[in-house]
Amino acid sequence: MNNWLPFEWIASVRFLRDGRMQTLFIVSGIAIGVGVIVFMSAMLAGLEANFIKRVLTSQSQIQLLPLDQVARTLRNGKGEFEDAILQRPAQRVLSIDQWPKIRDRMLAMPEVTAVSPTMAGSALAIRGDASRAVTVTGIEPASYFKIVRVPDYLVAGDGRLTSEDVIIGIQLADDLGATLGDKININNAQGIGRVLTITGLIDLGSKGANQRVSFVALRTAQSLLGMIGGVTTIELTVQDIYAAEIIARQISASNQVKAESWIKTNAQFFTAVQAQESSNTLIRVFVGMSVAFGIAAVLVVSVIQRSKDIGILRAMGTRRGQVLRIFLLQGGLLAFIGSLLGSALGAGALTYWHSMARQADGTELFPLILDRNLFVITAMIATVTGLLAATLPALRAARLDPVEAIRG
Amino acid sequence: MAEEILRLENVCKAYNVGQTSETEVLHDINLHLEKGEFLALIGPSGSGKSTLLNIVGLLDRPTSGKLFIKDQDTAHLTDAAITSLRGHRIGFVFQYHHLITAFTALENVMMPMLVDRGFPSDEIKARATMLMEQVGLEKYSNNLAGNMSGGQQQRVAVARALAMSPSLVLADEPTGNLDTKSADGVFELMRKVNSDSATSFLLVTHNLDLAQRCDRIIEVVDGRITA
Ligand SMILES: Nc1ncnc2c1ncn2[C@@H]1O[C@H](COP(=O)(O)OP(=O)(O)OP(=O)(O)O)[C@@H](O)[C@H]1O
Ligand SMILES: [Mg+2]
Repeated sequence: MNNWLPFEWIASVRFLRDGRMQTLFIVSGIAIGVGVIVFMSAMLAGLEANFIKRVLTSQSQIQLLPLDQVARTLRNGKGEFEDAILQRPAQRVLSIDQWPKIRDRMLAMPEVTAVSPTMAGSALAIRGDASRAVTVTGIEPASYFKIVRVPDYLVAGDGRLTSEDVIIGIQLADDLGATLGDKININNAQGIGRVLTITGLIDLGSKGANQRVSFVALRTAQSLLGMIGGVTTIELTVQDIYAAEIIARQISASNQVKAESWIKTNAQFFTAVQAQESSNTLIRVFVGMSVAFGIAAVLVVSVIQRSKDIGILRAMGTRRGQVLRIFLLQGGLLAFIGSLLGSALGAGALTYWHSMARQADGTELFPLILDRNLFVITAMIATVTGLLAATLPALRAARLDPVEAIRG
Repeated sequence: MAEEILRLENVCKAYNVGQTSETEVLHDINLHLEKGEFLALIGPSGSGKSTLLNIVGLLDRPTSGKLFIKDQDTAHLTDAAITSLRGHRIGFVFQYHHLITAFTALENVMMPMLVDRGFPSDEIKARATMLMEQVGLEKYSNNLAGNMSGGQQQRVAVARALAMSPSLVLADEPTGNLDTKSADGVFELMRKVNSDSATSFLLVTHNLDLAQRCDRIIEVVDGRITA
């Protein structure tokens, strides 16, 4: 007996230890339940974090685009329409109207962390006999690299980007038979072109992207695509990425631009995560309930088995409250110990799965995220569940008539 | 005049009150016990001895009549006060399931003090050890309660009953399950405690030989005291 442990703790621990098999089985049951929850939650958190990381380092969170061009009806006079049938006009590549002013306004917004104007369009990359259709994106490296960490994706070169330079995807370089330092021709639809030096090769992790991607200086893109001084997009990052949609709406309401947040463009991902979350919640609730019923069942039996002990304890002056706490504590302890074992079990299973399940190229399927909070919260919820589950059996124990209990 | 420990005035006890099966088990019991007295309670099976003992031990309440513990009327005490009084004033020795088997012999003796204080202490342990010596079982202190003979368990139960220095020990057939020799040993132990510390005893027994070695014998027949 430890002198610092109160009577109720000593008695609960003793009763649990004395109930060997029962205790072992129910703790195992709790551990398995908690293990499943931990495994599931940690894996989902990993997948989500993976995606968010991509969002944070390889794309902007809000894109400002020129307003859609709409056709207007001809009017003869007030309220008279010549022709009521409207046809959507072909959308030309247009520059954002007065973009420097909008950029400055964006820079002034406290929620916005980076602003970068870009000019994107299609062109043809030519080297000798080889030619490939590419997407040319003109950027200001200083601001753009804050939003898309292009240097992180470099596999060769230093990523320098003067008006005579180009950074291209590794697949595109392969297709053109070009390598770092080589010169390639980028031509626009009208056949007017520029000769640029390859200063960087990047790998974005997808073959399709590596085949088409090319970055040039903003000025180079403007002259290539025939829009001197224009930009097609303003890329933004924001402090709170989950507030992106709200901020985007504010921006389009007060500026002559269309603002699209990553949340909207990745709606599918969010629906998937939400579906996953709600099914997980359901699983958690049901696992929690079966754990609770298991604990309650074991304790109800334990109260019956221990009724003589309870009677003797009551006879020697044990208060009802003390008896109540002895059994509440047993529920809490079972759940707490079970949740610790379950956390270890879940974390172990996830680590194993993480090391076994690999993508085709050997990289991890999902990052291994074992957040301390997950374990702390799991243990807390489990303990509370254990206490709640123990309430009825404990009340029963406390209400036991000592005369009945002792007579047996 | 000797100090009074216990007094019962016209105590009645009925079970299943208000139902068709209502039965009165104790009728008009008057009884008093003085400090240091060793009283034997005898009577045929079913006569109400255990019922009486439970009432005296504050485990049960009389249907009518009064119970005084050291001049204190217990009728209006709350449940919590009754529990406290029981813990401090009364020790129990039962016939069956004497000890809590999840604990050692020594821990069983510590238990009433532990319940009272809330935490174990060296002082409690020292007192329990002293009591274990008193009942001659210091060697068995760390045995689990279940791993002892019936006679040894009953001696530990006596030690436990004395833990809080109660003024009254109630023993309901404590020797009923023991062979003559062990029964004798347990009885002599109680007698010795009684004469050493002036603790009063109320002993329910079917063993007339033991009853005759007590200070006074009371016989209960059909819920009435006859002698
Ligand atoms: N909870 C109860 N409900 C109804 N009747 C009861 C209850 N407890 C005891 N009785 C009855 O009260 C009477 C007295 O019982 P009690 O146990 O006091 O007898 P006893 O003298 O201790 O007998 P024994 O020597 O066999 O232990 C018996 O007829 C018994 O059936
Ligand atoms: Mg009896």
